[in-house]
This record gives sequence, structure tokens and C-alpha cells, in this order.
Amino acid sequence: MAETLLAVEGVSRRFGGLLAVHGVSIAADQGRITGLIGPNGAGKTTLFGLISGFIAPNEGAIRYAGEHITRLPVHERARRGIARTFQIVQPFTGLTVRENIVVGAHLHHRSRTDARAAADAVGREVGLGGMLDRPAATLTVAGRKRLELARALATEPKLLLLDEVLAGLNPTEIREIVPVIRKLCDRGITILMIEHVMQAVMSLSERIFVLAEGRVIAEGTPGEVAANRAVIEAYLGHGAAKKLGAQP
Amino acid sequence: MKGFGTIVLVIAVLAAVPLVVHSNTALNFLVIMLLTALAGQGWNILGGYGGQYSFGHAAFFGTGAYVTAILQVRYGVNAWPGFAVGTAAGALVGAVIGALTFRAGLRGSYFALVTLAFAEVLRILASVAPIAGAGVGTLVKLDLHASALQFESRAAFYWVILALVAASLAIAHAIERSRFGAWLIAVRENEDAARALGVDAFKVKLGAMTISAAITAAAGCFYVQYFLFVDSGIAYGTRMSIEALLTPIIGGAGTVFGPLVGALVVKALGEGATFVAGDAPGLNLIVYGCVLVLVIAFAPRGLIGLFSWRRVPAGKREAAHG
Repeated sequence: MAETLLAVEGVSRRFGGLLAVHGVSIAADQGRITGLIGPNGAGKTTLFGLISGFIAPNEGAIRYAGEHITRLPVHERARRGIARTFQIVQPFTGLTVRENIVVGAHLHHRSRTDARAAADAVGREVGLGGMLDRPAATLTVAGRKRLELARALATEPKLLLLDEVLAGLNPTEIREIVPVIRKLCDRGITILMIEHVMQAVMSLSERIFVLAEGRVIAEGTPGEVAANRAVIEAYLGHGAAKKLGAQP
Repeated sequence: MKGFGTIVLVIAVLAAVPLVVHSNTALNFLVIMLLTALAGQGWNILGGYGGQYSFGHAAFFGTGAYVTAILQVRYGVNAWPGFAVGTAAGALVGAVIGALTFRAGLRGSYFALVTLAFAEVLRILASVAPIAGAGVGTLVKLDLHASALQFESRAAFYWVILALVAASLAIAHAIERSRFGAWLIAVRENEDAARALGVDAFKVKLGAMTISAAITAAAGCFYVQYFLFVDSGIAYGTRMSIEALLTPIIGGAGTVFGPLVGALVVKALGEGATFVAGDAPGLNLIVYGCVLVLVIAFAPRGLIGLFSWRRVPAGKREAAHG
């Protein structure tokens, strides 16, 4: 069993009357890819907000590399190696692709020359090598997703939170980016990914947590989760599992 | 228009002007133009690079002016250290206002309104405080010696303000090429995305506001040495706040030369209007308004923006988001 890098322990978050995340406990193992799936509105992105520090939990604790980070501000968590991408991409539209990535690279490179060199390397790694001088505003959706990934990678993270980096991409684009993600994992980066593209998340993840209505309803290997009755019902509706003849 | 060489070239050309131009009227115009450019450069650091639109830079201009004047008149301090303390006092006011507003998470128009309110509070305080000369204002004694930072020739004053402008250009240039600058611009473009990349947005904005306030305060200190008089309306009036934000926006916010170009255009048009229509009160403001409307309509990234790829119209940029 690999070491746990990130442990979310009984975390809850309320928005007014809505309990967006309710007593959720998940873990991401060192050097592996962990998937986080669930129907729309399950609380996945809120959970990412809690882990990256944009949202404060009402209850529960978050431990990262053996340390309590529950109260740390966003930028402190980034400094410790937690990077995230945004589901709704947030490029710095007034800047070039390179300048976008440089902002992330500056976290661990004070000098402009070093940061630019690091940014160029990351840009090439995610397949933006030929577009570094283009304004970020001119990128396609696929390009913007890659830029999100590049900026996060430029901060040299230990834990990478990927929020639907495959959403909105066509099958060819997905086929191109999946190996990039796998390579990051091979390099030792721990990945926690929210994904709706089932084929990709099932093939990439070693362990999957299923969130529905703010709670973890299942966890396990991709195979276990796919056959889980609660998961099928969460996705397809009450009684669906019976019709499909799934195991309880 | 990037690079240190350009700055050196522009300053060298401007420094040669008094060798050719001897008219006091012309030099006076240029001094005021450079003074506005300096105040505008202060605004540009925070507003242009950092995207925090202050509507109250008069708070810093006025503090610089008043502190320099009061130290000389009431405490007999020499003008040179007075100038330094005035600049530092402006920076301090900037740091305090910045700490309060940014800690409270004020952004956009809320930030603009609160900075305006601070400047207005200071204006009212200055207009009643005896130490500031209350409604009468403070008059600095005429003493035309370099040791008192006063000069008989306009050219000397011109070179002093030019040196200050040169320093402000160098600061903007250095910020543009530094990590701090990259983070500041990232905060302007998208604060949340910047934070996710490890940027301490509060610290970056506070730093920018302090530098910004110091530069605009230096303009205030110079104002006192040049005109030897300050009152609450001049120092803390909204007119100064408007000039400080108008010049970089017209010239090109977030560019090294934006404030200088903007100040030149705005002041030249103001003078031109006065020449044509006589000295009607408020005429300058009408000219500023017209120029602003034209720039926003046809050159949203300022005059310098007309010459760079970044002149993506705001509407197009938004559409590209979706």
C-alpha cells in the first residue's frame, strides 16, 4: 500500500441551506492517480475548493504530507506543492501563453530567465510548444485546457488536482492528452482528478471515489465502482441497478 | 516600446530640451506635464499593472505635498530631507489604506470608492487642521537656492522633475521584468487563478500600493517646491486623483511610457483649449472627458496600445472567454 499524500477527513461545507459536501473522507496515495466521479452537483468541485483552500470547511480536517493544512491560505498550499486546474478555465487572457506559464514557474524560480526556461519546458511537455508566443485569448478550448495544466505544472507540484481537464475535448484531443497525464504520474506527481469522461478516468485511475449529493457513496478500483449498485443508481436513477442485474 | 535603452534615449532627448527652448512659458508647461506624468506613473503601478483602480491618488499626492511643506514651515527642516520624508509619508499612507482595503477584500468599484473616500477625508481634515494652515493653506518661504531645493531657473526645476520621472520609468521597467511584476499582472488578470499558482495576492497588492503611493507622493513634494504653496483643494482635491488616473489610461495603462505619453497629450490639449477658448473655468476637465471618451472608444488599451498586439477590444476578449 502506497503512502497517503492527501487525506480529507470528515469534511463538510454548507452554503446556506445546502449541504454541498457532507462528512466526506477521501485519500490520494503518493504517486498514483485517484479519480473522483459523480453526477452533476455532487460536490466534486466544492471538494477541490476545500482541498486547494478557496473554500473553508465547516467541519473536518485536511491533511497533506502529514501536516494539517485545513486553515492555510491558497497560496501557502500552492507553495507546499498543491496545484489545481479550474473546471471553467481561467487563463490570463491579456498575456501570451508563455507569460501565463511563467507566473506559475515564478513560484520556485525568482529570476525571469530561469522562470521562462522552466515555462518553455513545461509548455513543450503539454504540447503547447509551438504556441508559446500566442496571446492566450486566441487558444481553442483544448489549448486552454492544456494551458491550465501547464500553469499548474509550472509550480512543480507534488499533488495535482485536475478538474475536468478532458471536458469539452473531442476524442482525438482526449487521446492526445491522456498520455500526458499518465506521464506526469510516472514522474512521481500524485494526481487527483475529477472527470466525466468515463473511459479516460476508468483507464487512468487506480482508485476511484464516487460522490453523490455531497457524500462518498462508493470507493474502490474502477472495476468495483462500475459494478456498484449505489453508483449505478446515482447515475441512472432508482431501480436502474436491478434492471441491469448488478451485484449489490 | 520596451527596454532600458528606450528609457535612456527618451530621457536624454527630454534633458536636452532646455538647451534649445528658453521660453519660461514652454518650460513651465513641460514641468507641469512631467509632474502629471510622475503622479500618473504612481497610479500606473497599482492601476495599470495591478488592475486596482484607485480614485483617490490625491491622498498620496497631498500627503507628500503637505508633509514637505509643514516640515519646512513649522519645523524648519531642510527641503531635501523634507522631500524624502514627504515621499515616505505618502508611501505609509498608501500602505495603511492598502492594508485596510485589501484585507477587507475590496475589489473593482468598491476599491475605487473607498480610496476616493480616504482622499476626501484627508481633504476635509487638511482644510480644518491648524497645522496644515486650515482654509488658508501653507506657504513655503521663497529661498532660491539649491540647498533649499528651489531654483531661479525653470530649467533646473525641469531637470529635477525629469530626474524623478526617469527614476519612475526605471522603477516601472524593473517591475515589468521582475517576479513581483509577473505576479502583480497575474493578480490584475485573474486574482483567483494567481492565488492558485502560489501568489500571495494581498502582499503583492499591498507592495504595489506602497510603491505607487510613494511615486505619486514624490510628485506632491515637487509641487510644493515648485509653487511654494499648498492648500487642501490642490493637495487632496479630486482633480489630482483624476489627472493621476487619466494620464496612464489615455497613454496606455500597464506600460512603462503610458503615463508620459498620456500626460503630454492631455496637457497639450488642455493648453490648446485654453489658448483657443480663453481661461474658462473647468475647461480642462471638459477636454479630459472628451479625450477619455475617445480613447475608451477607439484605443481601449491607450495610445501605446494602438501599437501592440494586446489591443484586443474588450468585447472580443470577453467573447473569447465563452
